[in-house]
Amino acid sequence: MPTIVVQRPKLAWHEKIFLSGFLNGMRITLGHAIRTFKTLRGSKTVVTMQYPEQKWDESLPEHYRGAPTLVTDEHGRERCVSCQLCEFICPPKAIKIIPGEIPSDDPWAKVEKRPREFEIDMIRCIYCGMCEEVCPEQAIFLRKDYAITGTSRAEMVHDKEKLYEIGGVRTGLVNKWNDLK
Amino acid sequence: MQSILASFDLPLLIASLIKIVFLVFLVILPMVAYSVYAERRVSAIIQDRVGPNRTGIPLTLLGFKKDIQIFGIGGLLQPMADGLKFILKEDFTPRSVNTFYYWLAPCLTMVPALMTAAVMPFGSELDLSWAGLGAPFKMVIADLNVGPLYMFAISSLGVYGIVLAGWASNSKYPFLGGVRASAQMISYEISLGLSIIPAIMIFGELNLGKMSAYQDANGWLLLPFWGEGLSLSRWVLLIPIVISFVVFSISLFAETNRTPFDLPECETELVAGYHTEYSSMKFALFFLGEYAAMIIGSGLAVTLFFGGWSIPFGPLLSEWTGLQFHYEAGNTPFYTGLLHIGTFFAKIVGCIIFFVWVRWTLPRFRFDQLMKLGWLVFFEVALLNVFLTALLLWLVPLK
Ligand code: SF4
Ligand code: SF4
Repeated sequence: MPTIVVQRPKLAWHEKIFLSGFLNGMRITLGHAIRTFKTLRGSKTVVTMQYPEQKWDESLPEHYRGAPTLVTDEHGRERCVSCQLCEFICPPKAIKIIPGEIPSDDPWAKVEKRPREFEIDMIRCIYCGMCEEVCPEQAIFLRKDYAITGTSRAEMVHDKEKLYEIGGVRTGLVNKWNDLK
Repeated sequence: MQSILASFDLPLLIASLIKIVFLVFLVILPMVAYSVYAERRVSAIIQDRVGPNRTGIPLTLLGFKKDIQIFGIGGLLQPMADGLKFILKEDFTPRSVNTFYYWLAPCLTMVPALMTAAVMPFGSELDLSWAGLGAPFKMVIADLNVGPLYMFAISSLGVYGIVLAGWASNSKYPFLGGVRASAQMISYEISLGLSIIPAIMIFGELNLGKMSAYQDANGWLLLPFWGEGLSLSRWVLLIPIVISFVVFSISLFAETNRTPFDLPECETELVAGYHTEYSSMKFALFFLGEYAAMIIGSGLAVTLFFGGWSIPFGPLLSEWTGLQFHYEAGNTPFYTGLLHIGTFFAKIVGCIIFFVWVRWTLPRFRFDQLMKLGWLVFFEVALLNVFLTALLLWLVPLK
């Protein structure tokens, strides 16, 4: 195939001193400014979402990584076995777990452990999802809650109760502790 | 002692004090605050964004339906919120700085910028005879006969603030920013100074107030449509005036460190340039100083080329309407005095919007391009322009 020599465009004098470039640029920015200004005047915006009034909750994708939470399953069992893998993998060390034993008269006694305390410091959490990925029990999931606020540091620590409350029940997971059918 | 006291002109002192308070605290500082707001809003609409639109005057608390809005755009109290934020932020001083100069630098950028306001004629004169005050007051703090020279002398002190900030911070980014700033400001001061000489030659005058008065009667330098402005000579002289206006305004961009010449503080290379290590109110002082310099620079441009406080087509308007829109020494009605003040600041606002518009349009120059442009183009052009003006003035003399 013969080579194609691309000719450099010959610049006119006004292009060489950037005069036409400057004027064109000013025209384009002015056009944008006027157009956006007109849409703003009716106080409805085309691209920007006016946050507290408009929210994007409906359009959150399935894989959205919001607050990490603990879940129970359809049997009402706390899925976490307090193996503490998530505590050790968590990059900013946001998770604190105190393991507890399941008493022998409990129907799930064979699971042996569940967390006595489980705290996630939402000031430290970076929403990386490592905890969800590392959990061998499918017990911790990142949910779609993103607006996590508080007026004190203590309020920003989610304890076990709160984590189960946000997490709720999640069905359709692997139930490896069930009796064989 | 008695004689010293008697030598003070008390009414003049009081009038000057009132003018200083009015100009600096009631006009320039709020204007600085609102030009930051304008910068944010205009940049937003240029980039198809919304910008700060929430910080309204809380009329809703008083039972009104809506906050005050201009053109349907809210957020008018944003400058107050910004100021409050600056005051409340932690004022952090790094341990390695040279404390004395570190503290001195922000003041040295702010003070010269405000000092130059002293010679700025921001209105013709205000006739307060209805209030029992006799002679009309000139709307300029100090009616110096060396206006532009004073301005250049004082405003070039501003570079010390930047150099000191860069050096005292004891950190490489501020240092580079300071070095760049000093090189840039010193180079462009030359073309800035040379570019206004043609205008001064035409006025034959160094008093900014009289320049405005001349343009009021005889057409602005860039708009010679009435009075003597209709003479052949003024139209021929438009050639050097346009050249000197272009050189002046571009040098002004460089002098005030605005894009496309914002090398001393370009975020992409130098973090924040010479004020990287500054926080809280000290940073705010740099910020204010920069915008104040912009306002004063625009004021000078307006006074030299756009007739200062004069209303466009003033004498013609007076003829057509029967009201007096032009300036007449000692015989300007009160409303015209107010209109003149309003016109002056309206022109400055126009300039500021232009500054902002250019900033969000153009990319930044490279440092060598900047220096080349300053020394190899503008310096020569400005110098030749002076000779051209002289030649034209000799060929077609002004009356
Ligand atoms: S999402 Fe990441 S940071 Fe947050 S708790 Fe899980 S592992 Fe820790
Ligand atoms: S949430 Fe999962 S990884 Fe973390 S302790 Fe419980 S079972 Fe282990």
